[in-house]
Amino acid sequence: MNSGPMVFLAAFLALAISWFGFVLAPQIQIGRQQQVELKDSGQLYPSRRPGQAAQGAAVYRANGCFYCHTEQVRPRGFGGDVARGWGGRPGKVQSVAQDYLWDQPVMLGSQRVGPDLANIGIRQTNAVWLLAHLYNPQLTSKGSSMPPYRYLFQRITLKPGQTPSDDALAVDSGSPDCEIVPTYDARALVAYLLSLRSDGTVFETPPPPAPPKSTNTPAATGTNAPASGAATNALAAPSATNSSARSAATNAPAPAPAK
Amino acid sequence: MSATSSPAQGVAVTAPEAAFAPSAACIDASCRPVLLLFLSAAAWLVASSLLGLIASLKFHSPEILADCSWLTYGRVHPGAVNGFLYGFAMQAGLGVVLWLLCHQGRATLATPTLVIAGWLLWNTGVTAGIVGILYGDSTGQEWLEMPRYGSSPMFFGYLTIAFVGLLSFHHRAKRDLSISQWFLVAALFWFPWIYITARLLLVHWQVRGVMQAVIDWWYTGNLATIWLGFIGLGASFHLIPKLANRPLHSHYLGVFIFWMLAFFGSWGGVPVAAPVPAWMPAMSAFTSMLVVVPILAVLVNIYGTLGGKCSIVMGNPLLMFMGFGAGAWLVSAILGAIGSLAGVGEITNFTWFDPARAAIALYGFFAMTMFGAIYYILPQLVPAAPPCPRLLRAHLWLSMIGIVLYAAPLAVGGVLQGMAMNDASVPFLKVVSSSLLFLRASTTGELLMVLGNVLLLLNLAGILVRAARTCITAGLSANRATAEVAS
Repeated sequence: MNSGPMVFLAAFLALAISWFGFVLAPQIQIGRQQQVELKDSGQLYPSRRPGQAAQGAAVYRANGCFYCHTEQVRPRGFGGDVARGWGGRPGKVQSVAQDYLWDQPVMLGSQRVGPDLANIGIRQTNAVWLLAHLYNPQLTSKGSSMPPYRYLFQRITLKPGQTPSDDALAVDSGSPDCEIVPTYDARALVAYLLSLRSDGTVFETPPPPAPPKSTNTPAATGTNAPASGAATNALAAPSATNSSARSAATNAPAPAPAK
Repeated sequence: MSATSSPAQGVAVTAPEAAFAPSAACIDASCRPVLLLFLSAAAWLVASSLLGLIASLKFHSPEILADCSWLTYGRVHPGAVNGFLYGFAMQAGLGVVLWLLCHQGRATLATPTLVIAGWLLWNTGVTAGIVGILYGDSTGQEWLEMPRYGSSPMFFGYLTIAFVGLLSFHHRAKRDLSISQWFLVAALFWFPWIYITARLLLVHWQVRGVMQAVIDWWYTGNLATIWLGFIGLGASFHLIPKLANRPLHSHYLGVFIFWMLAFFGSWGGVPVAAPVPAWMPAMSAFTSMLVVVPILAVLVNIYGTLGGKCSIVMGNPLLMFMGFGAGAWLVSAILGAIGSLAGVGEITNFTWFDPARAAIALYGFFAMTMFGAIYYILPQLVPAAPPCPRLLRAHLWLSMIGIVLYAAPLAVGGVLQGMAMNDASVPFLKVVSSSLLFLRASTTGELLMVLGNVLLLLNLAGILVRAARTCITAGLSANRATAEVAS
């Protein structure tokens, strides 16, 4: 190996193996997922985000919210995510690949300076609370280290006799003739947060094995499939919806359009 | 390919090489554009560490600079990371590669003007990209946040500079390759492939769903372990023997390190509980444990090169930079291997432990190794004005103490944060407030590092000013001499 072309070949070989292993193989396995029909409601999961929520995702991305908030619930028995009530679905509650189908970009996050937001749309359905939290986190969560996003709000001086606008925040604006009004970005961001719910009961996340007629639990535990065994892996088969998972306990409607 | 194949000089094998090879001074004269890369790398280092400082001040009070959207944490933080990676680390790395490839192959820099063009493209791209991130145009993919208008010129800048490097390598007079050259040349080839793959599949034709995260992990793992690792090793394995004035301990250990890292270094980074099929995190965990072996071998090789005498290191600040770097790499590899165990990952996942480990690898290993290399190369390029030794020593100690004071509280705080977070009886706000203490402690280390970085920039600027002054005075006296002769 004493020439440049040989070094090139060596690097090429090593990189090609890693490329086939971690780019091509995952793409074949999970890159072509489709929406699946939820057995209990018949709706397609995951649904695309409504327009304003999709614009809110861009605000979330531009301001780098995902550097402090994850959007991923870890499995039961791995950390305290479930116990903290961050999960969104009954049974095995972790996030699965299917949940991120329409996210552009996918913002899993790698840090939990703040709480996980994968299901914030289920935990917190009050848009006013979310707006107030964005305007000044200390109002809603005393002691939070989240910075205030006042630049997503407008401070409008009221003319004498003018009544405050309908969407003005009920927060102290510092002066009686001023009001705080959320900008379009703030409202879009809140619409996005309200749309965050990964609660579809799909094949990989069957509901708890309620009545004894359930037969499909063993298949879904096989998340430790070997690299080659894509065929049996739950994630590889979006078409294989859970035939017997027909539990009445599922309270999983498809994501409702955020308001 | 080898020298024996040239029919004219069949007498001795090494003689024709020596006859064709330009002198070291000649090579250095051709390598002057490398100074530009070093200077702007140092400037980016200072700029990115100031952005990082702003980001970390937010943990002292969330109100600091809160009303400026450009300086919100979620923009300053990626700005700092990208400024460090692309502004400093890769730029300094490219400068070191050019100089090393020319010297090891005994060839002059092929086309210095192209290096200047590449330098312009690269810095235009990085500047546009980071302004874009601060403006809110981030792509949302970690380490690939730069918008297209930044990443494209930057990438063409890379291609230009790498082309010059490979051309100089191709024209080398000394045909035999050292292990250091393997690392450098492989790294030059490596980056375009991973960058094109990641940019095309994550930004231009975005793949679907969580595949994006998989490719992003693949890219960051490759950039950190392979590109930065190979460049750092290429520099260490060439310069440590030079500095210690002893031959490299073992070429074959180097070959072993090369193959181990090339095959197993590029699989890391997928967190234990990621929402992907389980074989991916398992593969990542397995390889991140394997990677400890070659990195341990790096230390063995360096230790052997020094003849087992660590006193040599203590006496030479440049060796200290590089020795510290290799040690830090091992620490970060071990932390990475431990963190990839399911039991430990359950605690450290999503905490400050990972940023601490990344800082040890990026700053503790790569930046420190580059500092050593830059300080070694500078006096060769500008013999008239060597770096100020006092500033150099101050930089050394500030960065060594700084990175320890930065990473240690974060790592410890991360473990405590993870344990508290996994205990659902602890309110989340309590978890936040208890980890703030460690975050604030780490700012001290960050301040020291910023100071050290400023000293590097000062030292470089001082060298250039002094060199320019010598040039001007030499020019003036030459003029006067000609004038006297003429009269």
